[in-house]
Amino acid sequence: AGNGGARERGEAGGPGPPPVPERVLFPPTFSVSEIKNKQRRHFMFVRWKQQQRREKLAAKKKRRKEREALGDKAPPKPVPKTIENQRVYDETTVDPNDEEVAFDEATDEFAPYFNRQTVPKILITTSDRPRGRTVRFCEQLATVIPNAHVYYRRGLALKRIIPQCVARDFTDLIVINEDRKIPNGLVLSHLPDGPTAHFRMSSVRLRKEIKRKGKEPTEHVPEVILNNFTTRLGHSIGRMLASLFPHDPQFIGRQVATFHNQRDYIFFRFHRYIFKSEKKVGIQELGPRFTLKLRSLQKGTFDSKFGEYEWIHKRRQMDTNRRKFHL
Amino acid sequence: SPQVVWDTLGNRQFCSYKITTKTQNFCRNEYNLTGLCNRSSCPLANSQYATIREEKGRCYLYMKTIERAPFPRRLWERVLLSKNYEKALEEIDENLIYWPRFIRHKCKQRFTKITQYLIRIRKLTLKRQRKIVPLRRKIERRENRREEKALIAAQLDNAIEKELLERLKQDTYGDIYNFPIHAFDKALQQQEADSESESDAEGEEEDKEEEDKREFVEADDSDLSDFEDMDKLEASSEEEQEEEAEVEKKASHSKWKGKTPLKGPARRKRPYIEIEYEKETELATKTKAA
Repeated sequence: AGNGGARERGEAGGPGPPPVPERVLFPPTFSVSEIKNKQRRHFMFVRWKQQQRREKLAAKKKRRKEREALGDKAPPKPVPKTIENQRVYDETTVDPNDEEVAFDEATDEFAPYFNRQTVPKILITTSDRPRGRTVRFCEQLATVIPNAHVYYRRGLALKRIIPQCVARDFTDLIVINEDRKIPNGLVLSHLPDGPTAHFRMSSVRLRKEIKRKGKEPTEHVPEVILNNFTTRLGHSIGRMLASLFPHDPQFIGRQVATFHNQRDYIFFRFHRYIFKSEKKVGIQELGPRFTLKLRSLQKGTFDSKFGEYEWIHKRRQMDTNRRKFHL
Repeated sequence: SPQVVWDTLGNRQFCSYKITTKTQNFCRNEYNLTGLCNRSSCPLANSQYATIREEKGRCYLYMKTIERAPFPRRLWERVLLSKNYEKALEEIDENLIYWPRFIRHKCKQRFTKITQYLIRIRKLTLKRQRKIVPLRRKIERRENRREEKALIAAQLDNAIEKELLERLKQDTYGDIYNFPIHAFDKALQQQEADSESESDAEGEEEDKEEEDKREFVEADDSDLSDFEDMDKLEASSEEEQEEEAEVEKKASHSKWKGKTPLKGPARRKRPYIEIEYEKETELATKTKAA
């Protein structure tokens, strides 16, 4: 303590802080937080920080030298930790060979779609009184998804729309919710009695806002890419999204719609691709883009009061851990 | 007296219920009949006064008389009006009999207005109610931040390109894209899957062997014979058709030309296998010549 005391008294009085000596000796019981004077404390802390940094740099150099010295026999570089690496293992992760999952999927509500018995027909609508941006987004979405129709809401109740849709053979209903002139929510309902998913939609970019030079999407049926839907819940959401698009893509159109799940955010992109060689492909973004975050999944069609929820995002329980994801 | 009250509060000095705007003065007093600040509608400046007020969907007639002026607790007398509109009007009339015309008329008008908005409330509650959910700023900010980070971590373009190339490899596109090298890749994969690894390695070595040989002996006519030998050898080890093998070989030549510099360990192996092969081919040529 004496050593440290002498040092701090000597330096704080000078015109400016003197250069940092190579190895600063701190007595073992001394800690920077014990100095009551803020200026001196700050000074000592800065000095301590510099020392730490120097030590770290020296350690790095040493490690690199060792690695070079070993050459080929050096141990492999340690993989840096990422959130994806450290992800808490989810027990509902789907194993590709799982029979139970396969059986479930063969008998759930999307089975007729995947067995090619039904052709998807989508109805896109908005909440009451949509503003210009939402309307344009709906139109663009309708061009991206084949066999989609946009209808104005005009204050109709969803509960009454749904039986009408079912009567007219629609397979899916998309409702885009709007707030303050921008779309911010998406309700996707599989119609003949299917699950309803409610998403929070963010960073919506219309076609003119995307920096690209592509033309408009054509009428060809695009391919679908679903990335990273690993858990059971993710699997069912993935199937739901895939069932929006007709099953047989037209490869002549060279268009692909991607739903990429990363850390529970689903990014939607629409591209046109071209194979320049067998190892290189070029993609050009056309069409709108948006990101979705799942808020709830209901078993039946849309019913806010009496619906049976399969999954709801509970903020207090699910948002606490940064390494735990559900999709 | 009411006149004095009006002179002080209403006209000149401060009244806490009074709201002045550019065109009009309003009265905030809850017992006010019309809502304006007038000599005839001020509940403080009139000793005989009546109002209609509604509570929980039922309308009441409130009356104030001079006799009860010194008893503030009992000042306002309350009468429940019937739910039936016409009956209620009659009740107002019979309660306010002998009262000034102005107050009676205004009471009935106010009552009409109140019933109308109660009807509207009842109709609206039957329709869809929009639930207003407040956004929490901290949570919104957190989610936006996480979304940005997820976007960076996703590397979407790379992921999409990788997926498309995978699909190309898996041959989901069928015959649309004709990359000859790619076709070789496919065939090579099949070959590797079918046969043993040794014969594979031999096959590869063979190809390289042949190619080297061809490089040295360019104008030689024995190329064709070599090819035929190659076919026989390959046919003996695998079950593929000759065409495929030829295609594969040709592609392999073009492929291995580019790749030979990379094959370090294979190169080292070659010398001792080469010897074997030279013998075999020599035998073949010998037999042919014979």
